[in-house]
Amino acid sequence: MAKRATPGLNTSAMSDISFLLLAFFLMVSSINTDMGIARRLPPPLPPDFQPPEVRERNIFQVKINRNDRILFNKEVGDISLLKERAKEFFSNPLDRPDLPEKNPTQIEFIGVYPVTKGVISLQNDRGTSYDMYFRVQNELTAAINELRDELAREKFHKAYNDLDEARREAIGKAIPVAISEAEPANKGGGK
Amino acid sequence: MARFKQKNDKGTPGLNMGSMSDIIFMLLFFFMVITTMRESTLFIKINPPRGSEVTKLEKKNLVSYINIGVPMDNYAAKYGTEPRIQLNDQIADVSDIRQFVELEKNARSDQDKLLLTFAIKADGKVKMGLISDIKQELRASSALKIFYNAAKEAK
Repeated sequence: MAKRATPGLNTSAMSDISFLLLAFFLMVSSINTDMGIARRLPPPLPPDFQPPEVRERNIFQVKINRNDRILFNKEVGDISLLKERAKEFFSNPLDRPDLPEKNPTQIEFIGVYPVTKGVISLQNDRGTSYDMYFRVQNELTAAINELRDELAREKFHKAYNDLDEARREAIGKAIPVAISEAEPANKGGGK
Repeated sequence: MARFKQKNDKGTPGLNMGSMSDIIFMLLFFFMVITTMRESTLFIKINPPRGSEVTKLEKKNLVSYINIGVPMDNYAAKYGTEPRIQLNDQIADVSDIRQFVELEKNARSDQDKLLLTFAIKADGKVKMGLISDIKQELRASSALKIFYNAAKEAK
């Protein structure tokens, strides 16, 4: 039998097949990046729990009614003002007596920093839309993020997001997420 | 110069396509690894709210989703037109949340139980009454790490 060279396999169609597979996976799969705001719920309260006394100057009340109107500090306000007001409340730059007290605390990397005692109290109605609630949460988060960023630039000359874990934690202690959520009201009569 | 004259009867040589498929397979595997298949089909419409301060949700394997929204048009006859909760691939009630939390916790190791996050993926038009009820249920079953799903606001 004569020796013949084996003919090479024609693999040019192979790439077509793998292209087809690639296109299929590209279409059916979704790189779903979940974005959002992380929060921690308070732990369940014991039945005999007494809420601690908080001075009025340390509370910033934000209420959202069933028509998605906002009330902060006892006056009807617009959501576009909320961020600035929350920032002013937390930082109290002029030490005004009607804005929260500060508690000087020793914090690693930062030194003694006047940590605010202020708490934002957020109350919504059962008829409030999730959209509005989220936008308010978003504005309050924006206020905290901006304050943290300002402090990070002042102390470490870097943006908050570029800091390492330990320094970020220190900033987090200096400016905590102090948002307390009250039980929703039921003025709208919704179920 | 006849000595250097090339024979011109060969034509252009064909490109070697042998490694092309290897490259494409590499791409294919890359996409297969980084993408996640949709695990459950949604029966409800979710149009999440938008926000500027949203961050990425880390560690997908430590997240359980609670979907809230109005049933899609073709499921309206079955599930009604009021906002409903969907846990994994079935429509549920607020009272089912506790059991769901237990199931999700038991599916994880002891260390991961503490890091388990519940992502609330709700439609913007859902009323807060329902979401507050869910949050109270989560609190009662000590699932305290939550996440409000939203879309990034276009600047």
